[in-house]
Amino acid sequence: MKFLVCISQTPDTTARVAFTPDGKSYDANGVTFIMNPYDEWYALVRACELKEALGGTVVALNVGPAANETTIRKALAIGADEAVRIDAEPTSSAFTARQIAEYARANPFDIIFLGKETIDYNGAEVGAMVAEHLDLPFIAFASKLDLSGNTAVIERDIEGGVEVVEVDLPFVVSAAKGMAEQRIPNMRGIMMARTKPLHIVPPVPVDEPVAVVQFTLPPAKTGVKLVDPEQMDELVRLLHEEAKVI
Amino acid sequence: MVLVYAESPRGQFKKATLEAITFGKKLADQLGQPCAAVVLGKVQTDAGELGRYGAARVLQVPDEQLNALDSQAATQVLAEVARQVGATVLVLSHTSTGKSIAGRLAVRLQAGLVSGVSGVSEAESQGRLVVRKPVFSGKAIAEYAITTPVKILSLMGNAVRPEATGSPVVVETLNVAVPPARVRVREVRTVEGRVPLPEAEVVVSAGRGMKDPANWGIIEELAEALGATTACSRPVADSHWRPHHEHVGQTGIAIRPNLYIAVGISGAIQHLAGVNNSKVIVVINKDPEAPFFKAADYGVVGDLFEVVPRLTEAIRKFKAAQ
Repeated sequence: MKFLVCISQTPDTTARVAFTPDGKSYDANGVTFIMNPYDEWYALVRACELKEALGGTVVALNVGPAANETTIRKALAIGADEAVRIDAEPTSSAFTARQIAEYARANPFDIIFLGKETIDYNGAEVGAMVAEHLDLPFIAFASKLDLSGNTAVIERDIEGGVEVVEVDLPFVVSAAKGMAEQRIPNMRGIMMARTKPLHIVPPVPVDEPVAVVQFTLPPAKTGVKLVDPEQMDELVRLLHEEAKVI
Repeated sequence: MVLVYAESPRGQFKKATLEAITFGKKLADQLGQPCAAVVLGKVQTDAGELGRYGAARVLQVPDEQLNALDSQAATQVLAEVARQVGATVLVLSHTSTGKSIAGRLAVRLQAGLVSGVSGVSEAESQGRLVVRKPVFSGKAIAEYAITTPVKILSLMGNAVRPEATGSPVVVETLNVAVPPARVRVREVRTVEGRVPLPEAEVVVSAGRGMKDPANWGIIEELAEALGATTACSRPVADSHWRPHHEHVGQTGIAIRPNLYIAVGISGAIQHLAGVNNSKVIVVINKDPEAPFFKAADYGVVGDLFEVVPRLTEAIRKFKAAQ
């Protein structure tokens, strides 16, 4: 079995959100970056578990500059066998999806895993795009994935419930909470990651269909209005007359 | 033409669909174009009713196979319908169905896609369309210009209110070849009763401050009085005090209700990431230093076991007087 796990690098959850003075790009000054949690905790760990049970290879792929290699090495420490870095700044989901698809077209996989979305741009676009480029089935928001032979049984989150689906290999799947448990890399994994192969691949050119106009910060909250715990009628009045939400 | 995919999970139109049509109609008016809705599969109600929300035409591909979601089949059919009617903008809902399809459609139609849109900043009939969406879990707003001839948007839930300003229309049946599904749906398990969290307008959520799962009765009662959906924080779901589908936050469900009431939740940044987009936040906590108060519109510093029943009573009194 060959598993591809697409990993993205995102600002740490607790990072301050600021933009460059022209408002066109994220200000990464002093920001700590992490592997996107959905990619790491669920997609990558599940791919590693399947490989450990069934045999095969897990390849972690990142579209990003050389600075991302710390994140990529972490994926190798968690259990990926080799890594690929497509050497480009990921400018949009269309760009990233095309890079992943071109790589996977030349190097076919049984399952292509992604996290359900990144915690920065929250788009949930790349998985579906990769699947369409490759003409593969796509199952979004999978919270459970088991393989028997060439068929996967997947539970996917839908509004207000869960859908159980079956699909034959190969396919693209995006991982949500529940698919696996977070793994902390151990010392042996970290040591081994240093010597595992990391291939650097040049990007293919893409016409950008969407351009950033500007980023802005929402108006700051004016401050909390405290209501006396004895005066819940007053809170109801405020919610009705001032906030107009009930 | 602005073409709205009127999704119909389990044969029903949900609030998200009516919002998408309302949004599509307003955008179509700005562009000086008509708005049409397309329905895939069979539905249990009259699809012509979608005309009330602004669809001048309602198109339906009534092949039963489309009732189960296969993103490939749905994409191919939607792309074909878009070509047949000459759609320049496609609007989808930013739901599990919409997210399964939007990226595929963008590739297939060589269209620019912005997902999770909350509003339109600039619409020209020719050329570019500028839309905005919350990013960084609601901590910032991004504006994007789509410049491709065909444009695709998926609309964030609760971004607009459904408005019934039109009248029903006669459904037009379309004959479009439906490719065989490669994803086979075996079972659907839905939680009965309350409105699903992503659609809920009012959410009552509780955390570790509840001390014991047996104490949840007061939360249920408050939710009942408000017609709200219940939710919980991650530690509560992880300790199996409450089911996982109630977990809101970064790794759980992201929601954007009109009113979010957080009871006994300290407000860790990971929790805020899932609820930042709520219009109004009320925090009830005995600790005045709880970080959640900084993100709240209204706060009550007090013992939740006294405050919550008092609030429930006040809500009941208010509702009875309405």
